Amino acid sequence: MAPARPESPNDPKSAPDPAAEERLVIALRSRDEDAYEQLVRAHGGRMLAVARRLLGDSEDAPDAVQEAFVSAFRSIDSFEGQARLSTWLHRIVVNAALMKLRTRRRKPEQPIDDLLPTFEADGHHREPGKPWQPAARLEQREVHRLVRENIAKLPDAYRTVLVLRDIEELDTAEVAALLEVNAGVVKTRLHRARQALRTLLDPHLRADRE
Amino acid sequence: MEDLRCREFTDFLLAYLDGELDPRARAAFEEHLQACPPCRDYLDSYRRTVELVGTAWSPCGPDDAIPEDAPEELVHAVLEARRRA
Repeated sequence: MAPARPESPNDPKSAPDPAAEERLVIALRSRDEDAYEQLVRAHGGRMLAVARRLLGDSEDAPDAVQEAFVSAFRSIDSFEGQARLSTWLHRIVVNAALMKLRTRRRKPEQPIDDLLPTFEADGHHREPGKPWQPAARLEQREVHRLVRENIAKLPDAYRTVLVLRDIEELDTAEVAALLEVNAGVVKTRLHRARQALRTLLDPHLRADRE
Repeated sequence: MEDLRCREFTDFLLAYLDGELDPRARAAFEEHLQACPPCRDYLDSYRRTVELVGTAWSPCGPDDAIPEDAPEELVHAVLEARRRA
Protein backbone atom coordinates (compact mmCIF):
# COMPACT_ATOMS: atom_id res chain seq x y z
CA MET A 1 0.00 0.00 0.00
CA ALA A 2 1.28 3.46 -0.86
CA PRO A 3 2.27 5.45 2.20
CA ALA A 4 0.18 8.42 3.18
CA ARG A 5 1.26 11.87 2.06
CA PRO A 6 2.24 14.34 4.75
CA GLU A 7 -0.89 15.83 6.18
CA SER A 8 -2.21 18.54 3.93
CA PRO A 9 -3.89 21.64 5.37
CA ASN A 10 -6.82 20.75 3.12
CA ASP A 11 -7.04 17.19 4.35
CA PRO A 12 -10.58 16.59 5.61
CA LYS A 13 -9.40 14.10 8.23
CA SER A 14 -7.62 16.91 10.04
CA ALA A 15 -10.72 19.11 9.93
CA PRO A 16 -11.30 20.71 13.32
CA ASP A 17 -14.72 21.38 14.75
CA PRO A 18 -15.78 24.59 12.88
CA ALA A 19 -17.52 25.96 15.98
CA ALA A 20 -14.38 25.44 18.08
CA GLU A 21 -12.30 27.13 15.39
CA GLU A 22 -14.68 30.08 15.31
CA ARG A 23 -14.43 30.42 19.10
CA LEU A 24 -10.64 30.33 18.85
CA VAL A 25 -10.62 33.07 16.19
CA ILE A 26 -12.90 35.26 18.34
CA ALA A 27 -10.58 34.74 21.31
CA LEU A 28 -7.52 35.58 19.19
CA ARG A 29 -9.21 38.77 18.00
CA SER A 30 -9.82 39.78 21.60
CA ARG A 31 -6.05 39.27 22.25
CA ASP A 32 -6.62 36.37 24.65
CA GLU A 33 -3.22 35.02 25.83
CA ASP A 34 -4.52 31.46 26.20
CA ALA A 35 -5.85 31.53 22.65
CA TYR A 36 -2.40 32.43 21.31
CA GLU A 37 -0.90 29.47 23.11
CA GLN A 38 -3.71 27.17 21.95
CA LEU A 39 -3.08 28.18 18.33
CA VAL A 40 0.66 27.56 18.58
CA ARG A 41 0.20 24.17 20.26
CA ALA A 42 -2.42 23.10 17.71
CA HIS A 43 -0.56 24.18 14.56
CA GLY A 44 3.11 24.70 15.50
CA GLY A 45 4.23 21.12 14.81
CA ARG A 46 2.80 21.01 11.32
CA MET A 47 4.05 24.52 10.53
CA LEU A 48 7.55 23.53 11.64
CA ALA A 49 7.40 20.52 9.31
CA VAL A 50 6.47 22.82 6.39
CA ALA A 51 9.31 25.23 7.22
CA ARG A 52 11.81 22.36 7.45
CA ARG A 53 10.77 21.04 4.03
CA LEU A 54 11.65 24.45 2.57
CA LEU A 55 14.61 25.41 4.75
CA GLY A 56 16.10 22.13 5.95
CA ASP A 57 16.98 21.35 9.56
CA SER A 58 18.64 24.70 10.18
CA GLU A 59 17.71 27.26 12.85
CA ASP A 60 15.98 29.14 10.04
CA ALA A 61 12.98 26.78 10.22
CA PRO A 62 11.85 27.53 13.82
CA ASP A 63 12.70 31.21 13.22
CA ALA A 64 10.39 31.23 10.18
CA VAL A 65 7.59 29.60 12.22
CA GLN A 66 8.06 32.16 14.97
CA GLU A 67 7.85 35.01 12.47
CA ALA A 68 4.83 33.39 10.82
CA PHE A 69 2.92 33.19 14.11
CA VAL A 70 3.73 36.78 15.05
CA SER A 71 2.52 37.84 11.60
CA ALA A 72 -0.64 35.71 12.01
CA PHE A 73 -1.40 37.21 15.44
CA ARG A 74 -1.03 40.70 13.97
CA SER A 75 -3.29 39.99 11.00
CA ILE A 76 -5.92 37.79 12.65
CA ASP A 77 -8.49 40.54 12.01
CA SER A 78 -7.99 40.00 8.27
CA PHE A 79 -8.74 36.24 8.54
CA GLU A 80 -12.03 35.96 6.72
CA GLY A 81 -13.13 32.62 8.03
CA GLN A 82 -13.88 31.18 4.59
CA ALA A 83 -10.59 29.30 4.49
CA ARG A 84 -9.66 27.02 7.37
CA LEU A 85 -7.23 28.40 9.94
CA SER A 86 -4.74 25.65 9.02
CA THR A 87 -4.83 26.66 5.33
CA TRP A 88 -4.39 30.35 6.24
CA LEU A 89 -1.46 29.55 8.56
CA HIS A 90 0.07 27.26 5.93
CA ARG A 91 0.26 30.15 3.45
CA ILE A 92 1.75 32.43 6.10
CA VAL A 93 4.50 29.99 7.08
CA VAL A 94 5.32 29.28 3.42
CA ASN A 95 5.71 33.03 2.91
CA ALA A 96 7.91 33.38 6.00
CA ALA A 97 10.11 30.47 4.87
CA LEU A 98 10.46 31.97 1.39
CA MET A 99 11.50 35.29 2.96
CA LYS A 100 14.21 33.44 4.91
CA LEU A 101 15.38 31.71 1.74
CA ARG A 102 15.70 35.05 -0.05
CA THR A 103 17.79 36.61 2.69
CA ARG A 104 20.12 33.79 3.72
CA ARG A 105 23.55 33.32 2.27
CA ARG A 106 23.57 31.14 -0.80
CA LYS A 107 25.44 27.88 -0.56
CA PRO A 108 27.33 26.63 -3.63
CA GLU A 109 24.91 24.77 -5.87
CA GLN A 110 25.33 22.21 -8.63
CA PRO A 111 24.03 23.76 -11.90
CA ILE A 112 20.69 22.20 -12.84
CA ASP A 113 21.86 21.69 -16.44
CA ASP A 114 24.32 19.04 -15.23
CA LEU A 115 21.36 16.96 -14.01
CA LEU A 116 19.10 17.21 -17.07
CA PRO A 117 18.90 14.47 -19.73
CA THR A 118 21.23 14.83 -22.70
CA PHE A 119 20.55 13.98 -26.34
CA GLU A 120 22.47 13.08 -29.48
CA ALA A 121 22.33 15.43 -32.47
CA ASP A 122 19.51 13.30 -33.93
CA GLY A 123 17.36 13.89 -30.81
CA HIS A 124 17.73 10.44 -29.26
CA HIS A 125 18.71 9.93 -25.63
CA ARG A 126 22.48 9.99 -25.16
CA GLU A 127 22.12 7.69 -22.15
CA PRO A 128 18.88 5.73 -22.53
CA GLY A 129 17.08 5.22 -19.23
CA LYS A 130 16.84 1.82 -17.61
CA PRO A 131 13.84 0.44 -15.73
CA TRP A 132 13.70 1.08 -11.98
CA GLN A 133 13.20 -1.59 -9.36
CA PRO A 134 9.57 -2.32 -8.48
CA ALA A 135 8.45 -0.17 -5.54
CA ALA A 136 7.51 -3.26 -3.52
CA ARG A 137 11.15 -4.41 -3.45
CA LEU A 138 12.49 -1.20 -1.96
CA GLU A 139 12.89 -0.52 1.74
CA GLN A 140 10.52 2.39 2.22
CA ARG A 141 12.26 4.19 5.06
CA GLU A 142 15.58 4.05 3.19
CA VAL A 143 13.98 5.35 -0.01
CA HIS A 144 12.33 8.26 1.85
CA ARG A 145 15.72 9.22 3.32
CA LEU A 146 17.35 8.96 -0.11
CA VAL A 147 14.69 11.15 -1.72
CA ARG A 148 14.89 13.81 1.03
CA GLU A 149 18.70 13.91 0.80
CA ASN A 150 18.58 14.35 -2.96
CA ILE A 151 15.83 16.98 -2.91
CA ALA A 152 18.17 18.95 -0.64
CA LYS A 153 20.85 18.83 -3.37
CA LEU A 154 18.70 20.69 -5.90
CA PRO A 155 19.38 24.40 -6.47
CA ASP A 156 17.07 26.54 -4.26
CA ALA A 157 15.06 28.01 -7.15
CA TYR A 158 14.10 24.51 -8.35
CA ARG A 159 13.81 22.78 -4.97
CA THR A 160 11.41 25.47 -3.77
CA VAL A 161 9.04 24.94 -6.70
CA LEU A 162 9.22 21.14 -6.31
CA VAL A 163 8.37 21.36 -2.60
CA LEU A 164 5.55 23.88 -3.07
CA ARG A 165 3.92 22.01 -5.97
CA ASP A 166 4.54 18.30 -5.26
CA ILE A 167 4.57 18.28 -1.44
CA GLU A 168 2.68 21.33 -0.21
CA GLU A 169 0.22 20.87 -3.10
CA LEU A 170 -0.07 24.54 -4.03
CA ASP A 171 -1.25 25.12 -7.59
CA THR A 172 0.85 26.72 -10.32
CA ALA A 173 -0.83 30.13 -9.96
CA GLU A 174 -0.29 30.21 -6.19
CA VAL A 175 3.38 29.29 -6.54
CA ALA A 176 3.84 31.88 -9.29
CA ALA A 177 2.33 34.58 -7.05
CA LEU A 178 4.47 33.58 -4.04
CA LEU A 179 7.69 33.57 -6.07
CA GLU A 180 6.71 36.61 -8.16
CA VAL A 181 7.32 34.81 -11.46
CA ASN A 182 4.92 33.80 -14.23
CA ALA A 183 3.19 30.41 -14.50
CA GLY A 184 5.47 29.33 -17.37
CA VAL A 185 8.54 29.78 -15.16
CA VAL A 186 6.93 27.66 -12.42
CA LYS A 187 6.17 24.86 -14.90
CA THR A 188 9.67 24.93 -16.38
CA ARG A 189 11.30 24.86 -12.94
CA LEU A 190 9.03 22.06 -11.76
CA HIS A 191 9.80 19.93 -14.81
CA ARG A 192 13.56 20.53 -14.48
CA ALA A 193 13.49 19.86 -10.74
CA ARG A 194 11.71 16.53 -11.28
CA GLN A 195 14.11 15.59 -14.09
CA ALA A 196 17.15 16.52 -12.01
CA LEU A 197 15.88 14.54 -9.03
CA ARG A 198 15.18 11.59 -11.32
CA THR A 199 18.80 11.77 -12.48
CA LEU A 200 20.05 11.83 -8.87
CA LEU A 201 17.85 8.88 -7.84
CA ASP A 202 18.51 6.80 -10.96
CA PRO A 203 21.80 5.16 -9.84
CA HIS A 204 20.15 4.06 -6.58
CA LEU A 205 16.85 2.80 -7.96
CA ARG A 206 17.56 1.25 -11.36
CA ALA A 207 16.90 -2.45 -11.60
CA ASP A 208 20.30 -3.32 -13.11
CA ARG A 209 22.23 -2.13 -10.02
CA GLU A 210 21.37 -5.36 -8.17
CA MET B 1 4.51 17.03 -34.52
CA GLU B 2 5.12 13.94 -36.67
CA ASP B 3 8.52 12.32 -36.11
CA LEU B 4 8.58 13.35 -32.47
CA ARG B 5 12.00 12.51 -31.04
CA CYS B 6 13.16 11.66 -27.54
CA ARG B 7 14.19 15.27 -26.92
CA GLU B 8 10.70 16.63 -27.65
CA PHE B 9 9.10 13.72 -25.83
CA THR B 10 11.06 14.69 -22.72
CA ASP B 11 10.18 18.38 -23.14
CA PHE B 12 6.46 17.57 -23.35
CA LEU B 13 6.34 15.17 -20.38
CA LEU B 14 4.96 17.67 -17.88
CA ALA B 15 2.27 18.93 -20.26
CA TYR B 16 1.35 15.31 -21.09
CA LEU B 17 1.00 14.32 -17.43
CA ASP B 18 -0.97 17.52 -16.68
CA GLY B 19 -3.36 16.75 -19.59
CA GLU B 20 -2.36 19.97 -21.34
CA LEU B 21 -1.35 18.59 -24.78
CA ASP B 22 -3.76 19.20 -27.63
CA PRO B 23 -5.16 16.00 -29.23
CA ARG B 24 -2.65 16.02 -32.11
CA ALA B 25 0.37 16.49 -29.87
CA ARG B 26 -0.96 13.88 -27.47
CA ALA B 27 -1.34 11.35 -30.30
CA ALA B 28 2.25 12.00 -31.46
CA PHE B 29 3.48 11.70 -27.88
CA GLU B 30 1.71 8.36 -27.38
CA GLU B 31 2.90 7.07 -30.74
CA HIS B 32 6.49 7.78 -29.71
CA LEU B 33 5.84 6.18 -26.34
CA GLN B 34 4.71 2.96 -28.02
CA ALA B 35 7.78 2.83 -30.25
CA CYS B 36 10.55 3.90 -27.83
CA PRO B 37 11.37 1.66 -24.83
CA PRO B 38 13.94 4.14 -23.36
CA CYS B 39 11.25 6.86 -23.30
CA ARG B 40 8.79 4.43 -21.67
CA ASP B 41 11.37 3.78 -18.96
CA TYR B 42 12.03 7.50 -18.66
CA LEU B 43 8.31 8.27 -18.26
CA ASP B 44 7.96 5.53 -15.66
CA SER B 45 10.92 6.76 -13.60
CA TYR B 46 9.70 10.39 -13.90
CA ARG B 47 6.28 9.36 -12.56
CA ARG B 48 7.91 7.36 -9.79
CA THR B 49 10.02 10.40 -8.89
CA VAL B 50 6.88 12.54 -8.50
CA GLU B 51 5.26 9.86 -6.29
CA LEU B 52 8.41 9.54 -4.17
CA VAL B 53 8.58 13.30 -3.63
CA GLY B 54 4.97 13.30 -2.45
CA THR B 55 5.63 10.63 0.17
CA ALA B 56 9.23 11.47 1.19
CA TRP B 57 8.11 13.02 4.50
CA SER B 58 5.39 10.48 5.24
CA PRO B 59 5.75 8.16 8.20
CA CYS B 60 6.60 4.57 7.23
CA GLY B 61 5.11 3.12 10.37
CA PRO B 62 3.92 3.93 13.87
CA ASP B 63 7.53 4.20 15.10
CA ASP B 64 8.34 7.23 13.01
CA ALA B 65 5.05 9.10 12.80
CA ILE B 66 5.77 12.80 12.41
CA PRO B 67 4.97 14.42 15.75
CA GLU B 68 2.17 16.93 15.41
CA ASP B 69 2.81 18.50 18.79
CA ALA B 70 4.72 21.73 18.68
CA PRO B 71 8.06 21.41 20.48
CA GLU B 72 7.89 23.13 23.87
CA GLU B 73 10.79 25.46 23.05
CA LEU B 74 8.99 26.61 19.91
CA VAL B 75 5.81 27.38 21.87
CA HIS B 76 7.81 29.45 24.38
CA ALA B 77 9.80 31.22 21.65
CA VAL B 78 6.63 32.18 19.75
CA LEU B 79 4.81 33.46 22.84
CA GLU B 80 7.90 35.38 23.92
CA ALA B 81 8.26 36.91 20.43
CA ARG B 82 4.59 37.95 20.54
CA ARG B 83 5.09 39.72 23.88
CA ARG B 84 8.10 41.57 22.49
CA ALA B 85 6.37 42.46 19.20
